[in-house]
Amino acid sequence: MVFVLAIFVGYHVVWHVTPALHTPLMSVTNAISSVIIVGAILAAGSGVIDRGSILGAVAVALVAINTFGGFLVTERMLEMFKKKDRGGKK
Amino acid sequence: MTDTLSPNVIALIYLVASVLFILALKGLSSPLSARRGNRFGIAGMTIAVATTLLITRRVDLTLAALAVGGIVGWLVAKRVEMTQMPELVAAMHSLVGLAAVLIAIAVVNNPGAFGILDPVPAGNRVELFIGTFVGAMTFSGSVIAFGKLAGLGKMLRLFSSAPVVFKGQQVLNLIIAIVMIVSGLMFVVAGPGAHWPPFIVMTVIAFVLGVLIIIPIGGADMPVVISMLNSYSGWAASGIGFSLNNPLLIVAGSLVGSSGAILSYIMCKAMNRSFISVILGGFGAAEGTTSAAEQKQVKSGSAEDVAFLLGNAENVIIIPGYGLAVARAQHAVKEMAQKLIAKGINVRYAIHPVAGRMPGHMNVLLAEAEVPYDQVAEMEDINGDFGAADIAFVLGANDVVNPLAEQKGSPIYGMPILEAHKARTVVVNKRSMASGYAGIDNPLFYLDKTMMVFGDAKKVVEDIVKAIE
Repeated sequence: MVFVLAIFVGYHVVWHVTPALHTPLMSVTNAISSVIIVGAILAAGSGVIDRGSILGAVAVALVAINTFGGFLVTERMLEMFKKKDRGGKK
Repeated sequence: MTDTLSPNVIALIYLVASVLFILALKGLSSPLSARRGNRFGIAGMTIAVATTLLITRRVDLTLAALAVGGIVGWLVAKRVEMTQMPELVAAMHSLVGLAAVLIAIAVVNNPGAFGILDPVPAGNRVELFIGTFVGAMTFSGSVIAFGKLAGLGKMLRLFSSAPVVFKGQQVLNLIIAIVMIVSGLMFVVAGPGAHWPPFIVMTVIAFVLGVLIIIPIGGADMPVVISMLNSYSGWAASGIGFSLNNPLLIVAGSLVGSSGAILSYIMCKAMNRSFISVILGGFGAAEGTTSAAEQKQVKSGSAEDVAFLLGNAENVIIIPGYGLAVARAQHAVKEMAQKLIAKGINVRYAIHPVAGRMPGHMNVLLAEAEVPYDQVAEMEDINGDFGAADIAFVLGANDVVNPLAEQKGSPIYGMPILEAHKARTVVVNKRSMASGYAGIDNPLFYLDKTMMVFGDAKKVVEDIVKAIE
């Protein structure tokens, strides 16, 4: 149910994204898909140190690259688009 | 799980985070609201991570891992060149895929840690199976895509930007996929203690399949591949969300999944390819190669000639292609445009949806060069204006301006193009007469009104800048 709703919402929202921002869209969805880090945190924090929690910690470290990097690089790109407000001379 | 937060509160917080993610995407509908959108996304992620940390039993490992990954991510995001965005995105997709696999293994290893019954119920196993194989394919596929984009073809042939094809490839893929599904189903129905072997076989095969699906795809088809892997990475997150009964993962994952799917669809349309053939993989194997053996006359000119033409024009439309990005000529082009605008000439940029190596790539490259975004127009908005343009200046683009696309029977028939040939004069900068990746000749170059300027885009544009008085 949630799944179908989310696809529906995603479909509608994404069609409204301007093509000029498709690359930032991709980097931000990348950052958002790193929400999988939630699962990794649950694995890493199971309470005992075992195979599962080590795997979880590795997953946390890997995905954290996306979480931080994804949002940051998106911000960097959008900053470039923002500068145009003053620079735009028609 | 500890009892610091009641399940209802957690559900509510996750709902808030999901809404924030949706707002993040919604913000991208305009450059003006995009940054606020990104902030929403960051807020959503912060809430999600903080809440999850609160409900886990120990956080030391997690925090250490977060710090390591966070620093690496920060450094990468600061240092990456805008031309390298496609590689970065591919690398990031692979990480999501790999994480999905690792989490799935951790679940199979100890379901209790995730609040799942042990042995894992069949329903959750189906979801685990899906999350794992999609994750594994995302990982290995993205690694190959990364290699192709980063030009590592010399190191390893699998990374070659030329399609890697062999006889029976499709059949092999099909057989492998069937074996993977069968072992997945065996994992679902396996009795206690017998679930590891089919799970491992399934995962390994999924890794192999991810490689096999991406290797036959040519380097220039990367915009589709990247969007597709973007979609896969979302579905992988979603699949893991289902197996963990975590609505946040399901929602965020399917947002990303559908976003990637829509982007792939847009890219396919822009390249006139069928969506199905992309999803199944194995496209882009250039069947017909160059047939441009016949010698035809082209008119070629110098940078000074172009500067003269531009200086006397009223309406100029610049069509940048990936060749421009490779030559790192964006800044020079912007300088040229500024000089022309200062003379009262109307200068605009026309962007084809597949210009660059990923969706919207060219827009970012121009933005980086501080080209005002109101000078940059999408194909549909500007195509009607070519008839009124004095000059269409094609820089490092080829197939996207090939009028053959309007001719029945041509290999690229039906592909939407920028109608540069309708301009009064066409100026084309290319390094040589080589055909584009589609491997077909471009009649635009032989038109009477077309002037070819050969040479490196950056050098040529810089010379033009100098020559404009």
